[in-house]
Order: sequence, then structure tokens, then C-alpha cells
Amino acid sequence: MTEDDSGTLPAGEVSRIELRGVYYAYRTGTGHLPVLDGLTFACGTGSFTAVVGPSGCGKSTLTRLIAGLMLPDRGEVLLHGEPVRSPRATVGMAFQNPVLLEWRTILANVLLPLEIVPNRLTREERRNRARELLALVGLGAFEDRRPSELSGGMRQRASLCRALVTRPEVLILDEPFGALDAFTREDLWQTMHALRREERFTCLLITHDLRESVFLADRVVVLSDRPATAQVTMEVPLGDKRALDDLYGTEASELQAELRQQIRIAQQARQTEPAA
Amino acid sequence: MKRQVLVPVAALVLFALAWEFLVWVNGWPDYKMASPSDLGPAFWKFRGLFLEHSWETLWRTVAGLLLSVAAGLVLGMVMGLSRVMREALYPLLVGFNAIPKATVVPVIALIFVGAHDMNTILIAFLISFFPIAVSISIGLSTLEPEYRDILRSLGASRFTIFWKIALPKTLPEFFGALKVAVTLAFIGTNLMEIVEPHGRGLGYLFDSGKISADYPLMFAVLIALALLGIFLFYCVVVLEKIFAGWAERSET
Repeated sequence: MTEDDSGTLPAGEVSRIELRGVYYAYRTGTGHLPVLDGLTFACGTGSFTAVVGPSGCGKSTLTRLIAGLMLPDRGEVLLHGEPVRSPRATVGMAFQNPVLLEWRTILANVLLPLEIVPNRLTREERRNRARELLALVGLGAFEDRRPSELSGGMRQRASLCRALVTRPEVLILDEPFGALDAFTREDLWQTMHALRREERFTCLLITHDLRESVFLADRVVVLSDRPATAQVTMEVPLGDKRALDDLYGTEASELQAELRQQIRIAQQARQTEPAA
Repeated sequence: MKRQVLVPVAALVLFALAWEFLVWVNGWPDYKMASPSDLGPAFWKFRGLFLEHSWETLWRTVAGLLLSVAAGLVLGMVMGLSRVMREALYPLLVGFNAIPKATVVPVIALIFVGAHDMNTILIAFLISFFPIAVSISIGLSTLEPEYRDILRSLGASRFTIFWKIALPKTLPEFFGALKVAVTLAFIGTNLMEIVEPHGRGLGYLFDSGKISADYPLMFAVLIALALLGIFLFYCVVVLEKIFAGWAERSET
């Protein structure tokens, strides 16, 4: 466990995602509501970082900043060393709401990004790419179905395929498993591991679920209460091959307890803060 | 499939029988209430006129509807995509829609004296564009932000987002509104046809039935109007099946 050394990386490595002193405030009727203040952390290439924090601490704002959908008021968001000024095709996103297009088949939904992002693939190559991903997440037999015919977990799998179909360098997941029941969620965690073995991407996962963060990530960043900074960063001591039972081992249990403690500290900051 | 045809036909026959029975029991003369058995001879007697004027009514209604769809789409897009435009246009549109179109008919008729076709199409249009504009604008303005984000994060333009997501997603609402608009446009066409002197169309035929005290003819016109209305409505239903069939949940 390392305390807040998140800005540093091994020498010589350019981080895939980097935030430097990011400040962002929402304009409200009565003034500015700062949600992120001096947020700094970095994710190395191929790493899997989970971001946890109390409700309403600006986690979703973070995803929109990295995706280039919003720009920070101060500070910088860098993807592979370059400042983000607008959305870029090298980022894939998935949300809690799978937002599949009901009028398209599953295959056509997965193909959607390839219709937007310039690429030199032929029609057949695109389809093969989409089919390869669908097979990987266990939806091979469902490519001609409509989203309304699929369960919530299957829709979320399709949404992950859509996010990855362009082979993005960065995958941003904003609580993608949050609306699923516990067993389906665990299935999806396994799918995430399978995807990570086959595909190369740097992943940033926003979540409320501490077990999820420990099971999936290499590192967990705990955000403080609004306006959020990186309160603490912890390395996950589990190896690349993880089984659900590992979550109940000593190391994982201690890490979860520590994370819970950190969240509590963040929450208490809110309760003791004077009414604005 | 069989049931889908048999049930409506049986309902129609029952309705006609009940109507016939009601007239017969009360001994109503045909100027008070014509019976279904009077309609056949009336249709046959004026068959040429019915064909000619049904066509007039039909094409003007469809022309007015097409105008409605075009204007409704543009207005709906403007209001759906810009909040300022929505705030500016909504009260105007609601106010305009509240004016009974029967009062607009003489105004239009006076502005374009003698231009029967244009006047009729104009009224059909004015009476029917409102639901289309409103449904499109609501469909566009209630699009969940995530839908926009998945395409925007890939660098898609506003037009691409509109074309790939916003427009198809609005289609079910659009067709719902179009079903209302079809009926409204039909009312508009007939309103103008009845009021305008020396007009054409089924409204005119109704008016001449009134003038010559041919009551079975007037009732026959009403039935012809109903048939045309059903025809147009189901045309929209077919289009809806083709373009927005995905929105229909299969019965389970």
C-alpha cells in the first residue's frame, strides 16, 4: 500500500492517462459548485485503475473530462502525454445504462463506432471484429437479436463490445455493472478479466462497489468528498489470475476494510463541513 | 390472421344491423336519419361523383399532411435541439393551435380567393402540424445524455448524432403524432370544402346534398369520409410497422 504517490510512475514510462491538478466546477443558479479540485493521478499503459469515492464526489465528471466531453477549468488531462481538448476516437466508453439502440440488432449496435471512427476496414473485417468480441463475452449466438430481447447482463456485455470494437487505447467504465444483480455482476467481472487477457487497453473503472474494485483493478484510487482530490491510492496485491474466492483471502479482505475506512473518512469530511 | 379480419367485419355488420333496426323501430324518415339500406342506392346513383370527389379530398389531405410532416420536422428539430428556440416558439404554437380552425377558414378563403386547392391544403396543414412538431421536439429534447455521449466521445458531429440516434429514436413518437395528424388533416380538408362556394371534394358533395335535400347522399358522404379516414390511418400504420416496428414489444 502506498500513500498518495499516484502522480509518479516508473521512470521512462509515459502514462496513458494522466490528470494534473484538475479543477472543475459546475455553474449553478447561485454560483459555482466545485466538484474536482486539484485532482492528480496517472495510469500506466495497460493498467487497470478503479476509482471509488462517496456518492456525488464527481466520479462521473471525471469520466467526461477524460473522454474530452468536457474540459477542465484548470489543470490538464493528458492521454499518452497529449492534452485532451476534444473527444478522441482512441477512447471507448460504457455506462451504467448500456444505451443500446433498440432499432439495431446486437451486431449492428457493436458495429456503430466503426461507422463513426475513420478506419480502413472492409465491411467483412468490421463484422469479424465485432463477432470476435461478441464470442469473447458469450453473445456469439445473439448477434441478430434486438436489445429488448436480451437480459440486463447481456445488454451490458454488448455495450462492452461496442466500447472495445475500435480497439481503443483507453477504456472508461462508468459504473457499468451498478444496475445488475449480484450474480450477474460477478459473471461480468469474469468477462472483464477475459477481455483484458485478449484485448490491450488501459482501463479506468468508476465504481461504488469496493469488492468490484479489488477484484478487477491493479490499483484503487479513493477520491475525497466534493471537491474531490485523490485521497489515497492503494495497490491491489492480487495477481493477474484471480478467482472470486480470492476476495475472501486475508490480503483482499484487509484491503477492502482499509478502503471502507478511507471512504468513511471522506464521508465524515462532508458531515463536519459547515453548512454552505 | 383470420381472427384479425373476422372480428372487425363482424363488428361492422352488427353496427349496421343495429343502425338499421333503430331507424326501422322508430319509423324515422330519411331526412331525420337515413338507414344503411338507403346508402347503397345513394352511392350507386352518384358513383361517378363519389370517385371524383373522393380523389379530390384524398390528394389534398395527403398534400396537407406532407406539408405538416415537413414543417413539423423542421419546427420540432429547432425546438428539440435549441432550448432558447423552444422557449420562444412554444407559447406561439400553443396559442395558434388553440384557435379553432373553423375561424381560420374564412380568413384563408378571403386571402386567396378562388384558389381552392391551395386553400384546402393550407387548412389541412395548419390544423395538423402541431402534434408532429411537439412530438419531434419532445423526442429530441428528452434524449438521454448517454446516447449523445457514446457518439460524441468518438468524435461524431451533431448531424451524425441526429441522424444515427436522435431521429430513429424519435420515430415511434413521430408515428403516434402522425396518426393524430391524419385525422386532423382530414377534418381540415373537409372544413374548407364545405365552407367554400363552388368547391370540390367530399365536403362539396355533402354541401350539395344539403342544398338539394338529398339526405341519403349526405349520409353516404359521411360513410365515404369514414372509409377514406380508415384508409389513410392504416397507411400510416403500415409505414409505422416498416420504419418503427422495432418499438413494438412482442406479446408474451
